[in-house]
Amino acid sequence: MEEITTLTVHELSKKLENKELTSEKIVEAYAKRIEEKEKDVGAFVTVTAQQALEEAKRIDSENIDRENNKYAGIPIGIKDNICTKGVKTTCSSKMLENFVAPYDATVTQKINSEMLPSLGKLNMDEFAMGSSTENSAIKVTHNPWDLNKVPGGSSGGSAAAVAANMVPWALGSDTGGSIREPASFCGVVGLKPTYGLVSRYGLVAFASSLDQIGPITKDVEDSAILLNMIAGHDEMDSTSYDIPKIDYTASLKNDIKGKKIGVPKEFFGEGINEEVKTKLREAIEIYKELGAVVEDCSLDVAEYSLATYYIIACAEASSNLGRFDGIRYGYRAKDFSNLKELFTNSRTEAFGDEVKRRIILGTYVLSSGYYDAYYKKAQKVRTLVKNKFDECFKKYDVLLTPVAPTTAFEIGSKLNNPMEMYLADICTVSINIASVPAISIPCGVDSKGMPIGMQLIGNRFNEETILNVAYAFEQKIEFRENYKPSC
Amino acid sequence: MSREDYEVVIGLEVHAELSTRTKIFCSCSTEFGANENTHVCPICTAMPGALPKLNEKVVEYAVKAGLATNCSISQDSKNDRKNYFYPDLPKSYQISQFDKPLCNHGYVEIEDDDGNKKKVRILRIHIEEDAGKLNHDEYSSGSLVDLNRAGVPLIEIVSEPDLRSSGEADRYLKKLKSILQYINVSDCKMEEGSLRADVNVSIHKPGTELGTRHEMKNINSFKAIQRAIEYEIDSQIDDAENGKVIQQETMRWDDLEGRTFPMRSKEDAQDYRYFPDPDLVAIKLSDEYINNIKENLPELPESRKVRYMEEIGLSEKDADALVSSRRFSDIFEEAGKICNDYKSVCNWLTSDISRILNEGEMDPEEIPFKAKELAELVSLINDGTISSKIGKKVLEELFKEPRSPKKIIEEKGWVQISDESEIKEVVMTVLEANPQSIVDFKAGKDRALGFLVGQAMKATKGKANPQMLNKMFLEELKK
Repeated sequence: MEEITTLTVHELSKKLENKELTSEKIVEAYAKRIEEKEKDVGAFVTVTAQQALEEAKRIDSENIDRENNKYAGIPIGIKDNICTKGVKTTCSSKMLENFVAPYDATVTQKINSEMLPSLGKLNMDEFAMGSSTENSAIKVTHNPWDLNKVPGGSSGGSAAAVAANMVPWALGSDTGGSIREPASFCGVVGLKPTYGLVSRYGLVAFASSLDQIGPITKDVEDSAILLNMIAGHDEMDSTSYDIPKIDYTASLKNDIKGKKIGVPKEFFGEGINEEVKTKLREAIEIYKELGAVVEDCSLDVAEYSLATYYIIACAEASSNLGRFDGIRYGYRAKDFSNLKELFTNSRTEAFGDEVKRRIILGTYVLSSGYYDAYYKKAQKVRTLVKNKFDECFKKYDVLLTPVAPTTAFEIGSKLNNPMEMYLADICTVSINIASVPAISIPCGVDSKGMPIGMQLIGNRFNEETILNVAYAFEQKIEFRENYKPSC
Repeated sequence: MSREDYEVVIGLEVHAELSTRTKIFCSCSTEFGANENTHVCPICTAMPGALPKLNEKVVEYAVKAGLATNCSISQDSKNDRKNYFYPDLPKSYQISQFDKPLCNHGYVEIEDDDGNKKKVRILRIHIEEDAGKLNHDEYSSGSLVDLNRAGVPLIEIVSEPDLRSSGEADRYLKKLKSILQYINVSDCKMEEGSLRADVNVSIHKPGTELGTRHEMKNINSFKAIQRAIEYEIDSQIDDAENGKVIQQETMRWDDLEGRTFPMRSKEDAQDYRYFPDPDLVAIKLSDEYINNIKENLPELPESRKVRYMEEIGLSEKDADALVSSRRFSDIFEEAGKICNDYKSVCNWLTSDISRILNEGEMDPEEIPFKAKELAELVSLINDGTISSKIGKKVLEELFKEPRSPKKIIEEKGWVQISDESEIKEVVMTVLEANPQSIVDFKAGKDRALGFLVGQAMKATKGKANPQMLNKMFLEELKK
């Protein structure tokens, strides 16, 4: 029999259905795998494999109606910025190192009601700020394809855990690329849903108008399955949309003949690694073979997206992170002689450099006298970017771009150059700015054997189409069958 | 130079707690006086990841307040974050409204110091959340945070600088309070902090530019506000007269010391970094929504006043006194309807009840008895069961321990003696004891009758029916 942990969720589900496997067996296999691999990969902040095992046994002992609970008993991993009642939610920060949320995020409630036992909380850049997971105050996460390399970020723990078969699937969050870039670096599938499709209630906020929770999975079908579980209107999140429920697996396997794919030339310019470009050109040829209509197009506002992104994201973060003041929960400095020192010392001692950098940037762009020049202007550019995407989607079903300018880089290589690190997000941020959905799927490896990701962008609330277009490609190139991480 | 040479300019920012059942962004109770940190949840304690959800009732109440103060209602409004650090502010920002308030450009009418009608313009009314409370622990140097109040909904009513004296400011505040009570959006209990005001005061010589203002924060009694304004006027005129330049400053009013102290100058003014709250969506109101609220707005004091004068025939003075408080006006209407004697009810409210309230420094809201008890009291007097003199004693009982006036007079044995034979007995006894009075009366001294009635009242401890006494004495004397 195949190794349990290499199976996708839809494969596991079939084996549960025909009783080849039990939930206990599955969770046991993952618990063992985590025990073996965690020291090399460092994907977890908190492992809850024991609780997951108890939960699995309970599910096995109850006569679950498999028809309606196809995935009950298949475990999951959760990024450590999603609140889980009774289990630490650290955001990989010293600030929340011992913080236990008194409530479950809406997505946590949903996966609980789907009976997916949680294997634990996954490492990330502190407060989701970063593109390599090196900003974690808890530990370094290594790329399972090459342990000297970063897994990407900020959902680096989630992507690495899925790639290393330490969890069958995981939840990540994406503010400017934090699901897609690590998925690309780790050779897995990452989906950033349309803003408002998945409730943010209980996701520790980085940039409220950009944050979205999404699935990180081994393949596209699993992505659709997990999206089915977490999507939907939530009264607790005023920014979540009330739209009719869609079954994202329904049109997954449809023929993509005649689908129109736009390739924005701005995403293939300077700064994008040649090997990445080459693999994407090959992907375009495959799409043509599959009967899609591929055309070059222009997204000429994309170049302003990075600056716009960093202004809006930092502004919102500077306000969102104000609540970490040492008063009600989290880290409190030991030495202070007055209130101001209590605030200042707690925040100085518990926030990492990148978090501080962004709080300072955000505070600056919101201050009186600078608001109009930065924040307000960025909002205007944001509208322009949205309009431009709208225009593109009048002509195309999906847009095809790289996910990141390079493949995974060496741990430590960009730590002293924040600007270079920010450039890792150049291909992903405009998608969050425009609130549209995008998926990252592997399309090959570079000369060093590191995975290269392809990004497929869809119109708002049209996840169905990008999943369908991604699925067709995945079936064609059989990435998982042909390439495997070393770890 | 004297005070008359200066014009006083006052503007008020009034914060009123809305009486919605739940908080503005979560479903915690807004009830006052619960144990510390029992009306809290992940949202109002700002747990990581929690999101606000706007309570629609808050919008409705604020729109009501706007309509009742002649504001135009904005159909496109939003919430903004006001960022600052303080332990009573869990998110480190207050959700408020910055450049798009719900209500704009209204007015309320008051009387100026000469008794003429005057419109005080309202610049805006916006919705926001209250902060928590810091309790200072007497056993240590620390403070304890109570977040029950965090997230209680407030409206801030900002006036234009149209007020010219502390008296006008007082009348404006009382008018606002009464309007908010009439439309049922706030109980305006100052002692519970549900109505507070920031007061801006400046002085200048007529015909010259407006002076630099001092702002006094968070004063929570009508008296304190008047005193604070008076103090500021005197101190600013003093400074001006002595050639001292008045700096723009935020002041703190110390009610015990009876003076203001500088809190911070303009230079240390905080930069609140207002920006639209990305967790909330725009507040869009339809014409239909606004019209529906308008049509269902309760009757306002002005309209009640006109009705009292035209339909019941009260004087303007009485009508004004009654509508000055919703509680007064409600008691008047309800009790009047039950006993069908509006004028007597009005008399009780404007004289004896007002006197007792004044003596006890109480608000009309603190009247402990019900309208139907006052109505019963009026009926008991009207049907001769008790005299009006006993009525006053019953009223005092009603304030002490509210219950049915019938019960009170039974308990106390205050029922008026109207039994003819009983009265006759008293009359005969009194006449026997005062032969001189009979002589006087017959000699044409009418006063003697009054004396005899008085003696009879004394003998019955005020319980004898005075009309019957009069009649019977006359009958006997004329025999």
